[in-house]
Amino acid sequence: MKPVTFLLRLGLVLGLAASGAAHAALKVFACEPEWAALATAIGGDKVSVYTATTAFQDPHRIEARPSLIARARSADLLVCTGAELEIGWLPVILAESANRAIQTGQPGQFFAADYVTLLDKPAVFDRSAGDVHAAGNPHIQTDPRNIARVGAALAARMAQLDPADAAQFAARWADFSARWQAAIARWEAAATPLRGTPVVVQHAAFPYLERWLGLRQVAVLEPKPGVEPSLASLAAIKAKLAATPAKMVIRAAYQPPRASAWIAEQAGLAQVVLPFTVGGDAQSTDLFGLFDSTVARLLAGRKP
Amino acid sequence: MFRPALLVAALAAAFPVHADTDLDALRAELKDMKAAYEARIQALETRLQQTEAKTETVAAQAARAPEPAPAAESTRRGFNPDVSLILQGKYAHLEKRDERFVSGFIGAGEHGHGGSERGFSIDGSELILSASVDPYFRGYLNAVLNDGEVDVEEAWFQTAALGQGLSVKGGRFKSGIGYQNEQHPHAWDFATNNLVYEVLFGEGYAQDGVQLKWLAPTDTFLELGAELGNGNAFPATNNDSNGANSVALFGHVGGDVGASNSWRAGLSWLRARPHGRAFESHDVNEAGVTGNFSGKSRTWLADFVWKWAPNGNPTQQNFKFAAEVFQRKESGVLACDDADIANPSLCTGGLSAPFAADQSGFYTQAVYQFMPHWRVGYRYDQLLRGDVDFNGSDAGDTFETLADYDPRRHSLMVDYSPSEFSRLRLQVTRDEAQQGVAENQFYVQYIMSLGSHGAHKF
Repeated sequence: MKPVTFLLRLGLVLGLAASGAAHAALKVFACEPEWAALATAIGGDKVSVYTATTAFQDPHRIEARPSLIARARSADLLVCTGAELEIGWLPVILAESANRAIQTGQPGQFFAADYVTLLDKPAVFDRSAGDVHAAGNPHIQTDPRNIARVGAALAARMAQLDPADAAQFAARWADFSARWQAAIARWEAAATPLRGTPVVVQHAAFPYLERWLGLRQVAVLEPKPGVEPSLASLAAIKAKLAATPAKMVIRAAYQPPRASAWIAEQAGLAQVVLPFTVGGDAQSTDLFGLFDSTVARLLAGRKP
Repeated sequence: MFRPALLVAALAAAFPVHADTDLDALRAELKDMKAAYEARIQALETRLQQTEAKTETVAAQAARAPEPAPAAESTRRGFNPDVSLILQGKYAHLEKRDERFVSGFIGAGEHGHGGSERGFSIDGSELILSASVDPYFRGYLNAVLNDGEVDVEEAWFQTAALGQGLSVKGGRFKSGIGYQNEQHPHAWDFATNNLVYEVLFGEGYAQDGVQLKWLAPTDTFLELGAELGNGNAFPATNNDSNGANSVALFGHVGGDVGASNSWRAGLSWLRARPHGRAFESHDVNEAGVTGNFSGKSRTWLADFVWKWAPNGNPTQQNFKFAAEVFQRKESGVLACDDADIANPSLCTGGLSAPFAADQSGFYTQAVYQFMPHWRVGYRYDQLLRGDVDFNGSDAGDTFETLADYDPRRHSLMVDYSPSEFSRLRLQVTRDEAQQGVAENQFYVQYIMSLGSHGAHKF
């Protein structure tokens, strides 16, 4: 039994050392970069934010890596999209983190999709339809108005978890929100020529962006969500585009270029690679940059 | 009639110079007024146009589905508990052998998932249920359905709300030792088990007991765990005692190297006190013997896993390397007798003598997803029989199955996964696990996952 008691003692000592340490900033574990950026915008230097994924990773499919478990262990607040986007890895992280604060039902667990009306709810839920999400399409961050909705809820949640800094969170959120609304008006004005533009998308990742800017989606390259397009399915889309032409084909930065490149060449479309989230291109260093870049890239794609 | 031109001419004639300037002033005033009115009208028109445009936008926005207040918590999954079913089976092209064993090692014996049937066979179908019990616990069941029986592979609860990185698991669970041990066969990268786990545990080590785990509050993953159990699986035995017949300790560390690489390494220790552990073999003259072992069993297990994916995005390409090394020491008393009185063996009349074994081995594997859905993998298993003494001499002098032989196996596989829920696999194995046998084996395997299949661990 000697090793057991040693282990318990070691655990106790280290555990006490950890709990005794000063609790300076609210520790945020953000599943995706957009929520990390939002939490940083609200929290400033009163939060320390860890981002679980990058713009070049498919948030549906990453590994439940040990490093993520270690970071989730000490988080005060988990900010994720929800709507089953992270279902392939987050449950393992939550279970293995042994962190009470971020478990289901705790105020430290925040799902952005809870504060947005989701589009594309499947009428029939069956795996034969591909990788569909029962709750609806989870890629809500492509509409800046959703960012505002989530931000308001997140600011309130952060204030609840860290009442000492609540005033600063509220002030920073008010400031961000005002600048954000002005920016939305600016983006909408700039994107007016995009209204009604017919587009092709690689993955059904942009319904919120399309609705916001009035883009008209005429085809999706993936035959079913999460299913790679085959040559046959691409050929069918090419035939469809001959009847209903589109201007551009859109994909997210993390998606492989092959299918988009093929259809762009075959159907004479502009290829538009959107950053999709913060960090997706050089300009997208924060949320403002993300939409500056998104609108600019769409406008550039529209030019003949 | 009135002719302005005439009037102007007359006036001009009447008031030659100064009247001309007055008229110019009048003209200028009229012109200014006209310009001003035109400007104002133009301004009004623009404003009207703008208003119209705005109304259109508003109308268009109104037409585009109004935004109802989202129902809070609408994105949670509605069904509770999570249910999933794993169907798996294979076609195995194997040579006909009277018996199959791993030479030089006291084997774990039975295989939970069906092992070496020739031709077509289904492996056990795994039925998995899991859910939160309440805010404090979660529960998990993994039952394997076989012909006429249901094996409860795992049935446990785990605390969700202890805090401080602590969690307690109780019930029947796969031990946290090693790397592959916690994986069910459907998560293996090959159609067959590796020789290390095969001789150590049969499939993997699971027992009824409790597990305490602690996750360090560090940015580098560090996890320590301890388990006490009834030892109802090889190499332990359930000794009908109140205490723990088996103790396991393990520690794991892990982290990332850049965005593309991640790793985990671990060291585990398993102590068991088998009492009357069944032993079946045959002696060097092919006469069957049966007996049992009592004593102590110590196993050290070191594991290392390294995964690579470009930018941490494994969808297109990824690579996984895994290796585990073990050392097992057993010492005690081995009692043996004839399995069949009509066929006398070296144990005739009953023999009970000191037994000591110091054995080791490793497996190492690499799996590469070279394009979406397709993976290739190679695994090399090597056991080192080491010293096995029985009754003052080498155990190979008495028992044929414990012959001085180092078993090994090469496996090469390619698998295709149309989605993350289905997998088809082809495997070729060069099996030299049994002394004097070198067999080429072929496997075709399927693994189908239905329902809300939970996320896999690293």
